[in-house]
Amino acid sequence: MDISTIRSFFTVLIFAIFIGIWIWAWSGKRKKDFDEAANLPFADEEKMKPMTDRRERTS
Amino acid sequence: MELQSTYNLKIVKQFAIMTVIWGIVGMTVGVFIAAQLVWPELNFDLPWTTYSRLRPLHTNAVIFAFGGSALFATSYYVVQRTCQVRLFSDGLASFTFWGWNLVIVLAAITLPMGITSSKEYAELEWPIDILIAVVWVVYGIVFFGTIVKRKVKHIYVANWFYGAFIITVAILHIVNSAAVPVTLTKSYSAYAGAMDAMIQWWYGHNAVGFFLTAGFLGMMYYFVPKQAGRPVYSYRLSVVHFWALISTYIWAGPHHLHYTALPDWTQTVGMLFSLVLLAPSWGGMINGIMTLSGAWDKLRTDPILRFLLVSLSFYGMSTFEGPMMAIKTVNALSHYTDWTVGHVHSGALGWVGFVSIGAIYFLLPRVVGKAEMYSKKLMEFHFWTATLGVVLYITAMWIAGIMQGLMWRAVNDDGTLTYSFVESLSAMYPYYFVRFLGGALYLAGMVSMAYNMWKTIQGSKTAVESIPQTA
Repeated sequence: MDISTIRSFFTVLIFAIFIGIWIWAWSGKRKKDFDEAANLPFADEEKMKPMTDRRERTS
Repeated sequence: MELQSTYNLKIVKQFAIMTVIWGIVGMTVGVFIAAQLVWPELNFDLPWTTYSRLRPLHTNAVIFAFGGSALFATSYYVVQRTCQVRLFSDGLASFTFWGWNLVIVLAAITLPMGITSSKEYAELEWPIDILIAVVWVVYGIVFFGTIVKRKVKHIYVANWFYGAFIITVAILHIVNSAAVPVTLTKSYSAYAGAMDAMIQWWYGHNAVGFFLTAGFLGMMYYFVPKQAGRPVYSYRLSVVHFWALISTYIWAGPHHLHYTALPDWTQTVGMLFSLVLLAPSWGGMINGIMTLSGAWDKLRTDPILRFLLVSLSFYGMSTFEGPMMAIKTVNALSHYTDWTVGHVHSGALGWVGFVSIGAIYFLLPRVVGKAEMYSKKLMEFHFWTATLGVVLYITAMWIAGIMQGLMWRAVNDDGTLTYSFVESLSAMYPYYFVRFLGGALYLAGMVSMAYNMWKTIQGSKTAVESIPQTA
């Protein structure tokens, strides 16, 4: 196979993977996991006495 | 084990303190060489203090000593807290601290002596390069070791960015620094000609993309939500942001070599990928700024949040400016002028500097078990001097750069050049003075930070904080 064909194929493949990441990230199934992950910066302070003037979380 | 149930805050404290100290050192050299451009006598006719030797000292000190220490401090803090475990190894973490600082001291000795590989942002000679590689691999072991032993299910997005930064910088450094040693202080690049140039700017641009961007985006994804008291605006956007950014940045390097011996198609690839890069960059910026929605009022009272928000604004500005400057026709005007210098400092002082300063103000009281910094007034002072400093710096360089570009390309009717080079140089005096002033203001802010830091940690001990025991 011609090297240019391989390169073209590779470009299309990368593009497909990129679209795949979008679909994966926006699928409803990921919502719960993402919410959990998004709260990780706060997770380790919840169960302990606040060391500083921890702010009230509004959401 | 007692120790394993607490966080290692000592290493965070060490790197946080060195961030401020190296920041002052690196920026002082910067202000000094800016003064040399206004008053050339300041090179004192000594080889060690010429602009050509001090300029790499400045860039290495601010990027790798100041920025590097900020990245070490914050990544060690963030990875422990979001994984809810102590660092993989205290001993190895301590090795990265002493090793990294040894590298910086060696750079501060060898560069003024004129010992250099003459590759931009990779000037250090081969023995120091080997030390950097060793320290960096150990950094990777500590960081990923901590991720492996994490007590939570997910790997928080900030750690993805830090992780990409650590892996990519290792690859960039090792490939670009490959050289044939001649003596202990002299080596020749393993590559030749246009290929050497291409590898150098593949390294150089990704030093910007991964050292100065991905790592600091990791910082943004932890400290902005934390200080705003609410989770990141869109986690799914942060996932797409991550993959898009890391897979695009790596191709943008050739825009540093427009209209050179580099093949034309390579230049075009570099230009196109630089334009594409606008999308993930702005996606990330919007994600950071929107995290503040509903908490905008905090900006009035919280200087840390203000540093973080302004850093994102400068990130947005310089990642818009960058792709524009990568367009070949724009680059024909901007390249080799002070516009480039202005662009770099809009990113370095505005984005990297502000986000680091905000994060360090967040960390300093916490690592010594205090509620807040010694003086909020001084933080306000720092914010305004730094902001004014950056604005003066970049506007001076915009005017200077565009003026240079226009003067260099001006031709008379008969085809001869309208201006000699020295005419364009003497036109620069007022702008170089304003740049010096802007830099000095930014430095003044850093000095106030050092005093504030000293008063905050004075007479205190490193905080001991236990890790919550998850079920």
